[in-house]
Amino acid sequence: MIPEPQLSRLYQEVILDHNRNPRNFKEIPNPTQYSHGYNPLCGDDYHLYLVIDESGVIADAGFMGSGCAISKSSASIMTTLIKGKTVSEIAALKDNFLEFMTQAPLPASAKSAVGRMAMFEGVREFPIRVKCATLIWHALADALKDYSSGHKSTGGI
Amino acid sequence: MDRQKILEVERIRKDFPILGQTMNGRPLVYLDNAATTQKPVSVIRRMHDFYETEYATVHRAVYTLSQNATRECDLVREKCRKYLNAKNNSEIIFVRGATEAMNLVAFGYGRKFLKAGDEIIVSNLEHHANIVPWQQLCLEKNLTLRVIPINDQGELLMDEYKKLLNCKTKVVAVTHVSNALGTINPVREITRLAHDAGAVVLIDGAQAVPHLKVDLQEIDCDFYCFSGHKVYGPTGVGVLYGKLRHLEAMDPYQFGGEMIEMVTYEKTTFTRPPLKFEAGTPPIAPIVGLGPALDYVGRLGIDRIEAYEHELLIAATRRLSEVPGLKIIGQAREKGAIISFTIGDIHPHDIGTILDQEGIAIRTGHHCAQPVMRRFNIPATARASFSFYNTQDEIDRLVKGLEKVQEIFR
Repeated sequence: MIPEPQLSRLYQEVILDHNRNPRNFKEIPNPTQYSHGYNPLCGDDYHLYLVIDESGVIADAGFMGSGCAISKSSASIMTTLIKGKTVSEIAALKDNFLEFMTQAPLPASAKSAVGRMAMFEGVREFPIRVKCATLIWHALADALKDYSSGHKSTGGI
Repeated sequence: MDRQKILEVERIRKDFPILGQTMNGRPLVYLDNAATTQKPVSVIRRMHDFYETEYATVHRAVYTLSQNATRECDLVREKCRKYLNAKNNSEIIFVRGATEAMNLVAFGYGRKFLKAGDEIIVSNLEHHANIVPWQQLCLEKNLTLRVIPINDQGELLMDEYKKLLNCKTKVVAVTHVSNALGTINPVREITRLAHDAGAVVLIDGAQAVPHLKVDLQEIDCDFYCFSGHKVYGPTGVGVLYGKLRHLEAMDPYQFGGEMIEMVTYEKTTFTRPPLKFEAGTPPIAPIVGLGPALDYVGRLGIDRIEAYEHELLIAATRRLSEVPGLKIIGQAREKGAIISFTIGDIHPHDIGTILDQEGIAIRTGHHCAQPVMRRFNIPATARASFSFYNTQDEIDRLVKGLEKVQEIFR
């Protein structure tokens, strides 16, 4: 029997805190990378700004926009996780997280590969909400599309 | 009026098997009736029986089974005519639903009779299905789309509408009841003014037909449509009403079997309405199922349904207004039993998920009416939409559910 989804596993205190006080909730005026994540089904709508330095490290990250608690906290936590990491590190983290949210059954190794994002495991019990948690990560993939290592992207909005 | 005497809701609920279900461990509270309505046993059984003992194609075959199926469909066409008080059965076209009906008018009427520079008026309350077909036609034929604005209560600004009307106005396409806000529009007045300007009128009745009395001879609009599944019938069937002279003058919207008189490789002549607009094998069983749905509503009485649902609206509006931080979007004086709302900065999807865990089904999002959301500068709302089978107890459950939402997001 499938266990009933638990609201308490969806709306964990840390997630609610990031929803109330999102970190890096700011527009960055001259980002090297920018993308727009929009879900027409629910209207979740975020702009993602990244500054990648010469050595390929995320020097700054910010996001703006509106959406549900899950999408906003996912974006907030993501920005805190990717700052200071290299492009290849965050690309791997992104792949790991998207796998973590969508793979069934969840492989034991997948949880440890996503670090603090593991708190979104409860979202898996609410299939319709998975796209909320992954929206900003898809935006991250878009933002990195035009980045090729060694060359600073023209970026911009 | 004494509440108990309007409708015997507890007995009515027994006619809808799904209302006895539990959802996430709680008795189901179904409040998404503007999206689609649940089906009474009579509709479910009729379709089941029809498939088991009466099913065959319609219109073409000489055998008895087919002739009987054809007669059943014709009887439903007559029921629809009567229900809408149209003049003639030939004015009732079976379509897949209101969306197809509006596309049919845009591309069957608009494409033939409108020319570059002509204007089409829609309202700020429209469902995407009554915007996008017209917008696409405008792009194709170089027409102009004009929009009747609304006030902060969600009511059409009739003075602005009058200003928009002019000799270039050829079509006015307006909803009878707003699916996003519940506003009931003065469709008779809208039609009269449009006719004075020489325009034809299409009314989207998807949210009106299940909930209030519709008299097409009184409204006098040129086209009207509704979806079967919103009036307790099956999906896959709807009705477009059109005045016969328009239907005769229009081009067919789709081409194929059933809608022709004679076909050679050089030329085809088309049959008369309504079959002219019903190319291909129609949704036979859904058409048959629509009959008992209209009968059911008719037996309860649309006046009593309207009175009962209005009571639910008044009670729900009062109770929801007491929820701290809750803001009702759309407070028109004339309003159907639809309540769109926001609660502080809690996103509607979070509201929807938490209510779902309490067994309460409401809709969250933009309700296929993004221009309405933009008008109120919000990305989405939560929407509770009521039917005659909803109860005061269910309003209590909704309010308690919203209290839980606030507890989680305190």
